Amino acid sequence: MEVFATALPALSDAFSMILQPHVIGYLVLGVVMGLCIGVFPGLGGIAGLSLLLPFMFGMEPVTGLALMVGMVAVVPTSDTFASVLMGIPGSSASQATVLDGFPMAKKGLAARALSAAFASSLFGGLVGAAFLTVFILAARPIVLLFQTPELLMITIFGLSMVGILAGRVALKGLVAACLGILVGTIGEGASSGALRMSSYDMPYLVDGLKLVIVGLGIFAIPEIIALLRRDKAISDRAPLGGGWMEGVKDWWANKWLSVRCSLIGVVVGVIPGLGGSVVDWIAYGHTVQTAKDKSQFGSGDVRGVIGPESSNNAKEGGGLVPTLLFGIPGSGSMAIFISAVALLGTGSIEVGPSMLKNNLDFTYAIVWLLALANVVGTIICIAASGGIAKLTEIRFALLAPFLFMIIAFAAFQSRQEIWDLVALFGIGLLGILMRRFDWSRPAFLIGFVLSAPAERYTNQAYQIAASRFRRGFDEGIDYIFSPIVIVLIIITLLSVVIGLRQAKNIQAEGSVAAGTKRAPVIFLLGVTAYIALAYWNSAVIPDFARMDRVFPVFVASVALVGCVLLLIQMMRSDETAPIFADREAEEADDNIYGLWATLAWFAALLLASAVVGFILALAGFLLLFIRIRAGKSWGYAAAYTAAGIAFICAMAWTLNRDFPPGLLQSYIDLPWPLT
Amino acid sequence: MFNKIMGAFALSTALVATQSVADGHQIDLSGKTVEWIIPFSETGGSAKWANFYAPLLSEALPGNPTVVVTFNPGAGSTKGANAFQAMEYEDGTTIFGSSGSTQFPYLLSDPRVRYEYSDWNVVLASGTGGVAYLPTELAGQLGEGSDATPLAGEDFIYGSQGATRLDLVPLLAWEMLGLQVEPVFGIEGRGDGRLMFERGEANIDYQTSSSYLSGVTPLVEAGTAAPWFAFGALDDEGNVVRDPTFPDMPSFKEVCDATPACETSGPQWDAWKAFFTAGFPAQKMVFLPAGAPQAAIDTYTAAFEAVKARDDFAEISAARLGVYPQMTGAAAQTALASGTDVAPEAKDFVINWLSERYGVVLQ
Repeated sequence: MEVFATALPALSDAFSMILQPHVIGYLVLGVVMGLCIGVFPGLGGIAGLSLLLPFMFGMEPVTGLALMVGMVAVVPTSDTFASVLMGIPGSSASQATVLDGFPMAKKGLAARALSAAFASSLFGGLVGAAFLTVFILAARPIVLLFQTPELLMITIFGLSMVGILAGRVALKGLVAACLGILVGTIGEGASSGALRMSSYDMPYLVDGLKLVIVGLGIFAIPEIIALLRRDKAISDRAPLGGGWMEGVKDWWANKWLSVRCSLIGVVVGVIPGLGGSVVDWIAYGHTVQTAKDKSQFGSGDVRGVIGPESSNNAKEGGGLVPTLLFGIPGSGSMAIFISAVALLGTGSIEVGPSMLKNNLDFTYAIVWLLALANVVGTIICIAASGGIAKLTEIRFALLAPFLFMIIAFAAFQSRQEIWDLVALFGIGLLGILMRRFDWSRPAFLIGFVLSAPAERYTNQAYQIAASRFRRGFDEGIDYIFSPIVIVLIIITLLSVVIGLRQAKNIQAEGSVAAGTKRAPVIFLLGVTAYIALAYWNSAVIPDFARMDRVFPVFVASVALVGCVLLLIQMMRSDETAPIFADREAEEADDNIYGLWATLAWFAALLLASAVVGFILALAGFLLLFIRIRAGKSWGYAAAYTAAGIAFICAMAWTLNRDFPPGLLQSYIDLPWPLT
Repeated sequence: MFNKIMGAFALSTALVATQSVADGHQIDLSGKTVEWIIPFSETGGSAKWANFYAPLLSEALPGNPTVVVTFNPGAGSTKGANAFQAMEYEDGTTIFGSSGSTQFPYLLSDPRVRYEYSDWNVVLASGTGGVAYLPTELAGQLGEGSDATPLAGEDFIYGSQGATRLDLVPLLAWEMLGLQVEPVFGIEGRGDGRLMFERGEANIDYQTSSSYLSGVTPLVEAGTAAPWFAFGALDDEGNVVRDPTFPDMPSFKEVCDATPACETSGPQWDAWKAFFTAGFPAQKMVFLPAGAPQAAIDTYTAAFEAVKARDDFAEISAARLGVYPQMTGAAAQTALASGTDVAPEAKDFVINWLSERYGVVLQ
């Protein structure tokens, strides 16, 4: 009761704080800016908040909060546009939305998919805010229950979603996930700083690959190339009637799914250290497991959009708990949020343990600004979705260069080196081949995303448990097998068993016909060679850094066994077996252009960037692509190029970013943006 | 704007330099944008520090240029520092913010280091401190004068970011006090270390002063944590004395004196003190690139002095930076010298200790 006595006055204070015209005005401004930035893949809350930081100093606290919360809250809403319309995971929060959202767009159901997603986002956001209101006063002890073994189990639970997304040949999915994990271990080990698959002579890989690059490479590039080869619009049929009302109805028909996924989002969001990267996969897995008819997942089932989208906005509410209660950012954007709050007013508000005691009214103001931002953002997005969905009807050859420009720019934000583009191209090639031979790309991405937490928590839990066991056997056992861990183990086992039983029915990326034997075998041998190299490379890590050796060696061993079993299966099966799936055979009739000819365009862009810098190379690329590949006139191509360059420069200028320089720039000094 | 090879520039740089000297003792930055490079990500302590100063600096510089903080993270800040080393003074619109994590690899001859502090021009040095704390029941076992001897049999777990980072200072301190501490590596920030402590997984921890004030004080009030000692501060003669932010806490020197196993002289103490000096009292510094003319250095020094002289500076900086010296001019030079110059014996001792105790080989 005492809790309510403090909470209720604070709640009403919070309401009177935010229900002022100028506060609402700033909130709407923040929402609009957040939507504009969130629409572009790879640019999320971090870029947006960095943009706002200079204005925060001395700003009235409530208006500053309105601006920032408005921006942060809608990024997981607006990134849905890229996921659904282009098949590009807009941010880590919308990876799973791609699986069903993009096939819907291809079927001409883009507006419906979008509005279902936005309705779910809104609902999830509201659930998150409602949950925070009640829970925030009691959350502290519960969050502290999640020790390292619990965090490890949640990570493993996330990895177990691979079981559902593994595709028709489960073993291929497993190897794909292991490959993702191994790619995630590239660079300096977290424990002892041993180098894996990298060297100090090639500093780029020492820090490992970033999610932006891997996400774009593994999902976006293969889809763009595939669409380009067909040379049609994204949507291969006329848009169906109904539009956005249909989507809202879809959401209402699945409201209980949306409730469950929102709760998943809140709970996973509350736990510091995991945050957004797993929540949409867990929600997607849950959606598939609880659905009766699973045949449509992966080829455009609206439930596959509703589940992840309900969870990712709810996660933002949950993610505020560790941020506000412990001062520990749940994500990169939350970290900037914390330092921005300290700039507000006289610096009297400090996010962290003292916040609840000293600034409960501000805490609730943040929570309810979050809810309000979700409502405003959703209304704007639904209103815009019909119009933006028309993008799917444009001939893709006209859209693709623009998309490549955006993707290359986003990838370059990772490390601001030309190597970002090389890495994007390399991972993109891997993505193309995985798509071609029907290796589960979601499994790869889950492995990559969870690689670092899995390794970190394994090592830490092992070390701490060893110390507990030294104190006493009981203490060690109590530490490892807490009730939460046991429950999580049971859920994980159930999910794996159910998942594997159903995996054959769920084709997360559609069905694929088999082709000849030769190409799939060569790809498998290539994958095996990389895994063997990774195994050898980590096996030679000396003993003093053994903590950095164990994990990659273990994963590579599992993957090698999987590869060998796959090879044996391949030797025994005949050509029509699903194990020899080859999309080139499936899509042979649709493809107008060859794979390598299409890819060569982008290789040329990359090479030209390395020589004359990104902007000059881009100008040439846009001009020639539109003239030659899209077959437009020189005048049209020149106008397109000018518009594209102007757009990208305006964006970089606003965000205060540079473009990749080339060899030319190291000899001659050119003015921005050519630098 | 990064990574420019400045061959063609040397001439124009020289011209600008002579011009601005001729113009007087200030450079004018009106209409320009000052880029403040931080070699860490947007989310770290250096970002907080730079974001605090950036708007103030913009007001104080002649011509009120826009000051933007840009981030060039990678390889534990050595990447950004190497990139800054490759730059030469152009027009005073590029400054660099280094941290203890930039200094330590330099002091330890990390193979990735291609930068040289003596080439750069320091215009501000910000100090900080650190506080070690324990669970209340363990703190209750401490002996006379916080003597660590009664804790010698305890199995300690400490969440650490890495033995070659700033954590080197506390790790060496634990060892000197005779504690059995197992560092759990791989945490991503000191905040995560505190969370590990709050969850009861770690049972010893330290935080920098500002994080201690905001994050640990509530735990102390709730009775779950108790401060043990603050590392301390340096007086004018370079002795370790009590930290002015925490006058009630003993300094590490006092605790070490009270603990029979710990020596406040000899190579181990000298090494600790050398790295403490490099890591805390001169933790964060602002530099102009190599070749900056005196006018530019004077301009920035004057600007930071003006920031310090603001009426509200004590108030707004206390929460963000703690009560620590923000040094300019000669004081900053001294801080730079003590922060980047370590006796060869101290360096050898630490390199040897890192390889024997943690298997870290720096080559």
